[in-house]
Amino acid sequence: MADTLLSVKDLVVEFPQRRGLLRALDQISFDIKRGEILGVVGESGAGKSLTGASIIGLLEPPGRVSGGTIELDGQRIDNLSTAEMRKIRGRKIGMVFQDPLTSLNPIFTIAEQLIETIQTHLKLSDKEARKQAIKLLDDVGIPAASQRIDDYPHQFSGGMRQRVVIALALAGEPELIIADEPTTALDVSVQAQIIDVLKNTCKEHGAAVMLVTHDMGVIAETCDRVAVMYAGRLAEIGPVREVIKHPKHPYTIGLMGSIPSLAHQVERLVQIPGSMPRLDAIPEGCAFNPRCNRVFDRCRTERPDLIAVEENLAACWLHAKEAGA
Amino acid sequence: MSQQPLLKVDNLTRRFDVSKPWLNRMIEREPKQILTAVNQVSFEVEKGKSFALVGESGSGKSTIAKMVVNLLNPSSGHIYFDGQELSQAKGAAFKSLRRRVQMIFQDPFASLNPRWRVGDIIAEPIYAFGLESDKLKVQKTVERLLSTVGLTGRDRYKFPHEFSGGQRQRIAIARALSANPEFLVCDEPTSALDVSVQAQILNLMQDLQDEFNLTYLFISHDMSVVKHMADTIGVLYLGGLVEVNDSQQLFNQPVHPYTRMLLDAIPDHEMTGRRRTPVTGEIPNPINPPSGCPFHPRCQYANDRCKQEVPRSKAVMNSTVACFAAEEGRF
Repeated sequence: MADTLLSVKDLVVEFPQRRGLLRALDQISFDIKRGEILGVVGESGAGKSLTGASIIGLLEPPGRVSGGTIELDGQRIDNLSTAEMRKIRGRKIGMVFQDPLTSLNPIFTIAEQLIETIQTHLKLSDKEARKQAIKLLDDVGIPAASQRIDDYPHQFSGGMRQRVVIALALAGEPELIIADEPTTALDVSVQAQIIDVLKNTCKEHGAAVMLVTHDMGVIAETCDRVAVMYAGRLAEIGPVREVIKHPKHPYTIGLMGSIPSLAHQVERLVQIPGSMPRLDAIPEGCAFNPRCNRVFDRCRTERPDLIAVEENLAACWLHAKEAGA
Repeated sequence: MSQQPLLKVDNLTRRFDVSKPWLNRMIEREPKQILTAVNQVSFEVEKGKSFALVGESGSGKSTIAKMVVNLLNPSSGHIYFDGQELSQAKGAAFKSLRRRVQMIFQDPFASLNPRWRVGDIIAEPIYAFGLESDKLKVQKTVERLLSTVGLTGRDRYKFPHEFSGGQRQRIAIARALSANPEFLVCDEPTSALDVSVQAQILNLMQDLQDEFNLTYLFISHDMSVVKHMADTIGVLYLGGLVEVNDSQQLFNQPVHPYTRMLLDAIPDHEMTGRRRTPVTGEIPNPINPPSGCPFHPRCQYANDRCKQEVPRSKAVMNSTVACFAAEEGRF
């Protein structure tokens, strides 16, 4: 497919431990098309952030990619040297982190940080770079951008800072932006603003987004497709409406039911018994099998691959039976 | 509503002095800076019910919670628990009030002492309030409490780090229950947890409420959680209560413009196709709040009166609202 921007195949990330290897990501495969917004959800420890970090090459040692491939624009990027990866990071893949306070340098003005980033990636004179910086700040909705550009990060509020971080991520005109929980540190009313900014500016700049979050509301508002992760594996992936309205994997069904509803009153929330297994104690077969209410023999022995069910792909044996396999 | 409310909060105000040190103030000739975190808040909670406070960060939710459990003293105003004023109670009467009101904190990673075994953590209130001194009986109680919150009796030998976030919050709940309380103040009990774990904890809290006839003061910024848990909701903005109403009513017919804005801001995770109007502006600096109604700079209905006078809570359109626009029917 010509319009596939990022292609991740059978990605495995491992952390060597004193007692053997800890497999944190286990055969993750997905694609992101140009200009598409892919959401990645899951509980903490499911491997969402790790997936983002391995794509942009910011895995913390001793973590390492030990299997599979990551291709950007048809070019493999998982085996590049540090110097080569640096050229891609910022230029082709931008990053927005969770906490806007720690991702900006407190001792430089916004102008200095933005202009430095722009000039690292694009050949522009100081004057042009400044003009570009003001335009970026304008795009992300910072009022009076030409005056505020010389302020320091502490002079901005949390929501405004996150807008600056988005502007920074867009500075190198990347084709893909990885946003790791961009709204988690913000208040509800500001959250909605930032979601809109992220969605609209990325569309205008033609950048695809991989949005990592645990907030289903954010996913529903923003994404075209969504991937659900569980215990370092992909449980389900599909168009956002399908995954939310007609989830196919029992884990996704439980996850959806556990969110308190605004539309109708329920007496009790759906509850998935137990908790996600530790990475060193993932059960044999399907990782979800001890908590699943529709478990059968095959789930305990064989690990399911992603199986196409209607418009979704779900890693669940229930659907293999229906397909007659 | 002839029954006496279990908790009555009357005109509660808390100010914090956030000035620079005296010498700096003298040299820079700056006046004292006072932050009003909670401003004349009044509400009542009936026995066996859940009252929720919602608002953005900095709106004074947690400050109210801390005053209700007497971790902070009010600057002015009164808190009555079961008819007795909290700040006036002394000695044994105070200790008894203190036992009947317990708190569950937001972060279960910070609220449990990492050097204590779970059994000791849960037994602490039993010894502190002198409920039981026989070691074997205390041990039995601890084991019973652990199974009540969905853990096993053997877990009392473990340390907090051996548990996940949701399990730790269960331990915190067991500790609060060990004092036999009637009233639980829950300050964002699930906001540090994943949604699937949140569902487990919310279900547990509902079961406990039914079992022990508990009354909750529930604090959260998550509107969908609040709707699920609360009978009555109070909306806070910049330290003041802008609207109080029955949970159903508040969601069906929000009156105050701020409540409407908050409800509009909730992402539509069920994809019902609900239209979302974008929120404008941010919460102002509480050290230097706007004149008149604190919400007027962000309010589309604001007029000159809103900029000058401070609205008081009044019953308007089946709700209790502090808003001139609602009073005058300017919508």
